[in-house]
Amino acid sequence: MKELFPRGQVMGFAFSLVLTLVALSVIMFDLSLKMGVIILLVTAFMQAALQLVMFMHAGESEDKASIYTNVYYGLFVALVTIFGTMLTMIWGYQ
Amino acid sequence: MDYFDRFAVPHPSPAIYASMVAIGLTMIAVVAGITYFKKWGYLWREWLTTVDHKRIGIMYILAALLMLFRGGVDALMMRAQTAIPDNGLLDGQHYNEVFTTHGVVMILFMAMPFIIGLMNIVTPLQIGARDVAFPRLNAVSFWLFFMGAMLFNISFVVGGSPDAGWTSYFPLASNDFSESVGSNYYAISLQIAGIGTLLTGINFIVTILKMRAPGMNLMKMPMFTWSILITNFIIVFAFPVLTVALALMTMDRLFGTQFFTMANGGSDMLWANLFWVWGHPEVYIVILPAFGIYSEIISTFARRNLYGYNSMVISMVAISTLSFIVWAHHFYTMGHGAMVNGIFSITTMAIAVPTGVKIFNWLFTLWKGKIVFTVPMLYSLAFIPIFTLGGVTGVMLAMASADYQYHNTMFLVVHFHYVLIPGTVFAVLAGFTYWWPKMFGFMLSEKIGKWSFWFITIGFNVTFFPMFITGLDGQARRMYTYSESTGYGPLNMLSFVGAIGLAIGFALIVYNIYWSTRYASRNISNDPWDARSLEWATHTPIPEYNFAVVPTVASTEAFWDAKKKGFKLFGGKVEKIHMPNNSGVPFIMSCIFFVWGFALVFSMWIIAIIATIGIFACMIHRSFEKDHGRYISVEEIEETENKLRGAK
Repeated sequence: MKELFPRGQVMGFAFSLVLTLVALSVIMFDLSLKMGVIILLVTAFMQAALQLVMFMHAGESEDKASIYTNVYYGLFVALVTIFGTMLTMIWGYQ
Repeated sequence: MDYFDRFAVPHPSPAIYASMVAIGLTMIAVVAGITYFKKWGYLWREWLTTVDHKRIGIMYILAALLMLFRGGVDALMMRAQTAIPDNGLLDGQHYNEVFTTHGVVMILFMAMPFIIGLMNIVTPLQIGARDVAFPRLNAVSFWLFFMGAMLFNISFVVGGSPDAGWTSYFPLASNDFSESVGSNYYAISLQIAGIGTLLTGINFIVTILKMRAPGMNLMKMPMFTWSILITNFIIVFAFPVLTVALALMTMDRLFGTQFFTMANGGSDMLWANLFWVWGHPEVYIVILPAFGIYSEIISTFARRNLYGYNSMVISMVAISTLSFIVWAHHFYTMGHGAMVNGIFSITTMAIAVPTGVKIFNWLFTLWKGKIVFTVPMLYSLAFIPIFTLGGVTGVMLAMASADYQYHNTMFLVVHFHYVLIPGTVFAVLAGFTYWWPKMFGFMLSEKIGKWSFWFITIGFNVTFFPMFITGLDGQARRMYTYSESTGYGPLNMLSFVGAIGLAIGFALIVYNIYWSTRYASRNISNDPWDARSLEWATHTPIPEYNFAVVPTVASTEAFWDAKKKGFKLFGGKVEKIHMPNNSGVPFIMSCIFFVWGFALVFSMWIIAIIATIGIFACMIHRSFEKDHGRYISVEEIEETENKLRGAK
């Protein structure tokens, strides 16, 4: 019975709900812009990683290498887009 | 009558009424023609429901050619309007609509589908596959693109075209400054076509990663396939940004949100930022496959293997990465500090390095080659110097401080035409001529092809080179007229003359297709150019399963080795082949998408809701449908192979 119960998946599901609640806290509490953005970024990337590994089984097939290459490239583009936008629109704007 | 007022063109002119009549008559003629020749069944069975990558590719190319002429007429109108000072041919509003649709049509509905069409036809053949990974999805991609393009095209007779430039900058594109539904058309038709492109991206990444012939590892893929793989990576990572930006734009325009407004915490510049986060990679989406096409053609007609295979691959990967970190060079003048402009200047100039590596690789491939001057090769040879000129002016524009002088002048306009026309248009014309015999079983006339090549190349330079000069003299882009005292008149007239040359060149291509269809010899081999990669190893016309036996590969030029070194390409024996069934759902769903888009453009909510339900119904149907494809039996394969003159 113990082997049949998907313990990892249930915990993963609970954890993803927690992450969602933490992200929701940004509008529930009166946080500064900086704090809010940091919380959103951290929870968003954790959430995406959780979904990919836990529920979409990214690490379990023989294409592991190409899937992770894709993910890292996507990560690179996402970070560049977000921080590049912050740079051009906020930090570097005169 | 108030209800129908919004469908009227807000700024009518005799030309628009004439086009309305022409469009109406053409549609009646097409429908009547198909009915008279009893071709509805044929059309439905063989084309509208097809999932065959070769047919989808041909439809993409047909649509792209149509759009080429639509965008070309826009271009001619602009050149005619600016040919003489204080010209009254078009008024300001009309001119705005013309340059906006010219840009959108040429980039999104001509260059993209032309490239995706060639990639559809060639890539599965080059990797020895039977079809793409998701054939049904491929049909969805095509029909979504097609419906998006058609929705965009009806804008100029129903409700008015977008007029805020192809970049559609806010606040100009907001409801306050663009009151007509034109910009709604922009947001929604690009969204529909964009979904199709995104699906293509996923489809081809999976195809290339999973369906290569035995023995073909990544570093043994033909260069065109490599360029397509990288292009599709860029599509998958760049297009979501456009999707989001267009969704925000749609909400701003239809539902009164404030993402890109200047008040209430919105930021109009955020649009420009997001647009170019997508827009700059988009440039490489249309240019990298062109590099792949040139690599194939130059190596075939220089009769040498491609120089520096590894450095070609590495430089394409480098370009794809750099393409994501340069976007702010499109708006240096928007008011960032020196640091931001400095960073983006340096990344932009860095792109010239891998591009330069590629240029030198092509030159070294040509070096000591036995060059054959066919039409595709002529385009490739003309590409190298002209594109380099475009690239060098790009480095000039990359310097942020100097860009304050060039920004939004004709100099910029010529720069990107010098990059995109030899880069993309020459490439697709070259690829189109090169792969034509594989698609249709006869060759295009070399003689007429060479005439059109010279008209296009000379016409292009006569059209655009004078604008370098007027641009440096300060002629702004998108200016519908100018006074005689500016002195731009004579050079603009020269441009107009060149534009006519270009138009003749493109008309000659159509004549070439007509002439060759009627008179060209059908008695050609499967490999008329003596080429090197796998697409030439199968029969012409290509059987629907592509290869009766899946080829085995041991080098980047397996077919060349098979011809010259006795390499055994087809080892196995014929077995039954599993193929996908045709389906009408992609077409029907895309038609519903068209209705959905049209309803949203005009805020007709009830129709939009019904159409949304219809779209979901199609997807649910697909989820529960039991369609396991069909098998082609060994006897049937052997019969086909024998008919195509002998199994291998």
